[in-house]
Amino acid sequence: MKAIITVIGKDKSGIIAKVSTKLAENDVNIEDISQTIMQEYFTMVMLVDISNTKLDFTKFVSELKELGNSIGVDIYVQHEDIFNSMHKI
Amino acid sequence: MINSNEILETINMVKQEHFDVRTITMGISLLGCIKETSQKTADAVYDIICKRAENIVKVGEELSQMYGVPIVNKRISITPASMLTSNFIGEEIVLARALDKAAKTVGVDFLGGYSALVHKSMTESEKSFINSIPEVLATTDKLCSSVNVGSTRSGINLDAIKLLGEIIKKTAELTSDRDGFGCAKFVAFCNAVEDNPFMAGAFHGVGEGDTVINVGVSGPGVVHRALKNVPSADITEVAEIIKKTAFKITRVGQLIATEAAKRLNAEFGIVDLSLAPTPVVGDSVGHVLEEMGIETVGGHGTTAALAILNDAVKKGGTMASSRVGGLSGAFIPVSEDIGMIESAEKGILTLSKLEAMTAVCSVGIDMVAVPGNTDASTISAMIADEMAIGMVNSKTTAVRVIPVPGKDVGDSVEFGGLLGTAPIMPVINSSAQKFISRGGKIPAPIHGNKN
Repeated sequence: MKAIITVIGKDKSGIIAKVSTKLAENDVNIEDISQTIMQEYFTMVMLVDISNTKLDFTKFVSELKELGNSIGVDIYVQHEDIFNSMHKI
Repeated sequence: MINSNEILETINMVKQEHFDVRTITMGISLLGCIKETSQKTADAVYDIICKRAENIVKVGEELSQMYGVPIVNKRISITPASMLTSNFIGEEIVLARALDKAAKTVGVDFLGGYSALVHKSMTESEKSFINSIPEVLATTDKLCSSVNVGSTRSGINLDAIKLLGEIIKKTAELTSDRDGFGCAKFVAFCNAVEDNPFMAGAFHGVGEGDTVINVGVSGPGVVHRALKNVPSADITEVAEIIKKTAFKITRVGQLIATEAAKRLNAEFGIVDLSLAPTPVVGDSVGHVLEEMGIETVGGHGTTAALAILNDAVKKGGTMASSRVGGLSGAFIPVSEDIGMIESAEKGILTLSKLEAMTAVCSVGIDMVAVPGNTDASTISAMIADEMAIGMVNSKTTAVRVIPVPGKDVGDSVEFGGLLGTAPIMPVINSSAQKFISRGGKIPAPIHGNKN
């Protein structure tokens, strides 16, 4: 199963490192990653494969949300199907 | 990978523009529960609802987490309850209590279908059932009720409409300690649909299967934002933008509906394309119309703007879903829409204009509070007018009106939550008593006879 992780917040050092460490710890594989700075806001989008993680989806969402709180950014995790449904015919 | 801008667009829809899935509604057939006594029927109904809907709340929450979209309500709709009560005339309340208890056990927000279909005529048992509605709405928490009193095919049952005026008054009296709140859970229909997921009018039609999932989406805020970005677009372009936005919104409804049906071991029914407002700022159909260029919703031009909105929502939504149904269109419930509330308070939005608006959108005179001393026959006449619009135009129309006990024009009533705040709106000071008391049936229009 694939999910999209979106990280939005004020830019600072170490955001990617902290998020990707968390993913590695939980056997979540990053398949694609893009990152931009928009009006001093850091915006990162990751496509990840969560088939191998032992966490259930709800737990995975809440752990990343907590991590976001601790580094001062918003982290959203959503199944990729919502974006495919909305933006592709 | 999906484009980052599209991902951010989706996130903004939820975080800033109040996009949500308004409801996952499970339709449950209760036709197998008809027993010889009220208690046996009630027991069978309780068991089957608790069994089939056991996981609806849990699945709703899981899907909400998984896709990052709020699912505001989980609901149940049932076979019109009047079909179950003919063996125990006068004891309908026993069934109603079991339904309410079942809704509480499974944890849903509402259960719809304490309903009767009497568009052609009423049986003795249906008459008794309708007479039970005020007590049921006053003494249960989750139940919603509706009565279909007309159709394009069969005409309008004026006898039933006369009765409903009295039923609405009585419901208001029995819930006078809550400003007539019982009436907010009752709706009169013409051309009622069998797969509507929205309350108060949801019921599970007899043409439906055992267990069906219908989903209603919502997104006036998303449409509003999309139009705000193009202040000088001509009206053709405005319609195009609404269409594209409705497409995106509906695709989410389709995704949630199919996944919910799979997880709940039910059939996927329909996605209802309605634009349903909430009382919060930024989630108003009234404000969408104002963004289109009407200074205040209810002013001249409102009906045309609403017609464009309603049509574009349907066109975009139909392409996005494999099965579309329910009410599907823009809703204009006064108390649930901050734009409508503001306009009604200013005296610009009137009942007459609302009636005109209902000719071009779904559904009708909805969540309108009127003075508590409004005569039963006046309420019946409001229903009759609205039913006539539905019958002649081959569309669903509805009336959900609350004669608020002890309150008058200038007052306002707070229902809270999704039901919002209703300013008391003036009714036209002219009696229809003679017309309503004639009774009988209004013949179906010639174009109802299509064979």
